[in-house]
Amino acid sequence: MTRHTLSVLVENKPGVLTRVAGLFARRSFNIHSLAVGPTEHEEISRITVVVDVDARPLEQVTKQLNKLVNVIKIVELEDDSSVRRELLMVKVRAEQGQRTGVLEVVDLFRAHVVDVSAESVVVEAIGSPTKIAALLASLEPFGIREIVQSGTVAIGRGPRSITDRALERVGRSA
Amino acid sequence: MVQGSPPAAPPTPRPPVTRTPATAAPHTAGAGSAIGPERVTGAQSIVRSLEEAGVEVVFGIPGGTILPTYDPLMDSRRVRHILVRHEQGGGHAASGYAQATGRVGVTIATSGPGATNLVTALADANMDSIPVVAITGQVAAHLIGTDAFQEADIVGITLPVTKHNYLVTDPDDIPRVIAEAFHIASTGRPGPVLVDIAKTAQAAMTTFSWPQEISLPGYHPVTKPHAKQVREAARLLATARRPVILAGGGVVRAGASALLRRLVDASGAAVTTTLMARGVIPDDHPQQLGMPGMHGTVAAVAALQRADLIVGLGTRFDDRVTGLLSSFAPQAAVVHADIDPAEIGKNVRVDVPIVGDVAEVIAELLVELEKEHRQHGRPDLEGWWRQLDAWRETFPLGYDETDDGHLAPQYVISRIGELTGPEAIYVAGVGQHQMWAAQFISYRRPGAWMNSGGLGTMGYAVPAAMGAKVGAPDRTVWAIDGDGCFQMTNQELATCTINEIPIKVAIINNSSLGMVRQWQTLFYESRYSNTDLHTGHGTVRVPDFVKLADAYGAVGLRCETKADVDDTIRRALEIDDQPVVVDFTVSRDAMVWPMVAAGVGNDDIQYARGLTPAWDRED
Repeated sequence: MTRHTLSVLVENKPGVLTRVAGLFARRSFNIHSLAVGPTEHEEISRITVVVDVDARPLEQVTKQLNKLVNVIKIVELEDDSSVRRELLMVKVRAEQGQRTGVLEVVDLFRAHVVDVSAESVVVEAIGSPTKIAALLASLEPFGIREIVQSGTVAIGRGPRSITDRALERVGRSA
Repeated sequence: MVQGSPPAAPPTPRPPVTRTPATAAPHTAGAGSAIGPERVTGAQSIVRSLEEAGVEVVFGIPGGTILPTYDPLMDSRRVRHILVRHEQGGGHAASGYAQATGRVGVTIATSGPGATNLVTALADANMDSIPVVAITGQVAAHLIGTDAFQEADIVGITLPVTKHNYLVTDPDDIPRVIAEAFHIASTGRPGPVLVDIAKTAQAAMTTFSWPQEISLPGYHPVTKPHAKQVREAARLLATARRPVILAGGGVVRAGASALLRRLVDASGAAVTTTLMARGVIPDDHPQQLGMPGMHGTVAAVAALQRADLIVGLGTRFDDRVTGLLSSFAPQAAVVHADIDPAEIGKNVRVDVPIVGDVAEVIAELLVELEKEHRQHGRPDLEGWWRQLDAWRETFPLGYDETDDGHLAPQYVISRIGELTGPEAIYVAGVGQHQMWAAQFISYRRPGAWMNSGGLGTMGYAVPAAMGAKVGAPDRTVWAIDGDGCFQMTNQELATCTINEIPIKVAIINNSSLGMVRQWQTLFYESRYSNTDLHTGHGTVRVPDFVKLADAYGAVGLRCETKADVDDTIRRALEIDDQPVVVDFTVSRDAMVWPMVAAGVGNDDIQYARGLTPAWDRED
C-alpha cells in the first residue's frame, strides 16, 4: 500500500463532506488525513484527502468520487511536484530544568512557542509530514501532554492552477 | 405509520393561482416555453414542478409532513396519484412504471417511517439503474435534528443507495431541485434521486418558475465513446476466433436492442444476455446462448470460460456472472463498454475500456467493424460454433418430472410464457421462481422481463407489475411470484383492485422459501431451518391465497395438477377487468439447475446435481 494525496474540488454545499467521507468508508478505504477549506471561488471548497491504497483501488475510488454529483474535479498530487503542509500544535512539559532544551528543539525546527505556563509550553509548527514527524520525535523525550494536528493540505508546484478549469465550468453554468 | 401529526399551523387558504396553460415540457428542461413566475405555496410549487417535468402518474401515500403537497395534488389535472398501501410498494411501482415506459417513475411518501419504508425500493432501483424520483416530506425546518415526531434523516439514510439526494428547506429551491432530480435520474447511468422537502417549505409562499437550464458543474456523463478505443474493439472483434458478446441491462436502458442485434449479426459472435438483459436479443436468435452466471446455461457459462474475446456491453460483471473472479474467462481479452466509468475495471481486468452510451458505442462499433471486415475479411468462426452447438445440444435447459407427483414449477412457468406470448410483460420476485422465469420463458423483446437483479428484493413482483401495468395498460402483465415473496407486498392487490389495474399473479407456491431451501438441501445437509411457509399441499395453507385474493377483490384460482395448468392460465388470461391471483401449488423439491455454487469457478458448473460437464472431452 502506498500513500496518495487527492485534491478534491467540490461544490460548497451542506452535506458534501459527508458524501465524500462516506464514500471512502463504504468502499472500504481508510482515510489517513482529511482537510477541508474554502478556495478563491466561494462556490467551491477544496478537500485534501490522504489515503493508503494501491494504484488500482485508488483508480476505483477516484472514479466513485467523480460520480458524486457535487464533486467537480479530482487531482492526485504527486510528492515531487507538490508542496504539502500540516499544522501541529503540541503541549510539551517544560519545567524549569528542561525548558531550554525544549526551546532549542523549537528553534532547530523553526517552530514557535504560542503559549507558556509554569510547567508547559505549546509549540506550533507548520511543515511537511516528515518534518512534523521529526519534530514530534525530538520533543518526545521531554514529555508530550497533548497533540492536535491538521490534515495535510497540498498544492501543485509551478504556475498551473487546478481550479482554473473547474472555475470556468462553474462560471459557465452559473 | 401514516397517521398524520396534527398540522403545525392552521391550513392557510390557498391563494388564487394564475395558471399558465403550458404544454408538457420535457423533464430535461430548456426546451419548453418559459414558465412562471407564479406566486404559489411550496406545495403548489412541487405539484407544478412535477407537471412541468412531464409526470403523469405518481405512486404514493400521504402522511403528516407531506399533507400540504397532497392538497394541491388533488386538483392537478395532469398528475394522476395512485394511492398505494405501503411505501415500498410505491417505490417498486415507480420502478415498474419507469421500465415499462422509459420515463422517470415517481413516488411520494411522508417523513420518518414513510421515508424509511422507501429505502428498500430505492436501493433496488439504484442497483438496477432505474430512473426514479422520490419526494418525501420532512419535519418543519426548525425541528430538523430535534428527534421530532416522525423525523428521520432520510437524506443521510439513503446517501449510499441513491444516485443523488436533496434536502430542501427553502421553498424557492423547489423547482430547481426537482428539475435537477429528474435530469440526474434519467441521464447517464439512470438511478433513483430522493428529494426531501421540509413541511415548512411546503407551507410557505414562494414563486414558481420552471428552470430553463440546469447547472450541475460536477455532473457531466460521458456519452460519446473514444474513437480509438472503438477501433481497437472492432479490430479485436474482427480477429477473435472465440468471441462472445456479453449484453447487460445497460443495453435495455439505452434502448440499444436493435443496434445490438445488428452487431450480433454482423460479427457472427456468440451472445449471452444477463439476468437484467433477458429479451434484448430474442431467445430464438441462432447466436443467443441464453443467460450466463450462477444459473445460466452451460453453453453461455462455458462460452465465457473458453472465449478469447469478451465484449461486455452495459454490464457490470457481477459476481453472480463471473463466479470466482480468479478463474473467470482465463483466456479472454476483455472489451468493456459502459456509461459508468467506475464499472470499468471494477471487477474484471479490462483490455479495451470504452466509456459511453452503449447505443453510441454499438453504432460506432458497427461502422468500424464493417471497415475491418472489408479490409481483412470476416473471421472463421466455424470451429467455435461447432463447439458452442455441441454444448447447446448436450446440455440444453431442462428439468425432470417431480418425484412427489406434484406440479413441476418449470412446467407451469414455461406454459405461462407459451400461452401468453412475447408481447406480455413478465415481472418476477426473487428466488427459484425468478430463475425459472428467466430460464423457461422465451423473451423476444427488451422490456418484456423485469426483476430485482442486483439487490435481490423479495416482494418486488406485485408492486412492480402494478407499476408496469399502469405504464403499459395494453399489455398483459404477469407477476411470477413465490409464496414467500408474495407475502411481503401482496397488500398492493388492494391498490390494483381499487384503481382497476388488472395484473395477473402466478404464485409458484412450493410452500417454502425455495431458494434458501435449495441451498439447505445442497450445503446444509437438508436441515431445513426456518424455510417452511405452510402454504402448500397438505399444510394448513396460511394464508389461503385464493381466499386472500377474494378478500382483495381479485379473482383467486388454484391449480394443483398438470392437466389443469393450461385451462387455469387461459382462464386467467380471459379476465381483463380485475386482478387475478393463481395459486400454483408445486413440488417443493424442484431445484434450479444448472448451478455454479457461490465462491467456486464457473468451470465447476453443475448441469444437474453432482453432474459437471467433462470439459476436456468437450474441448
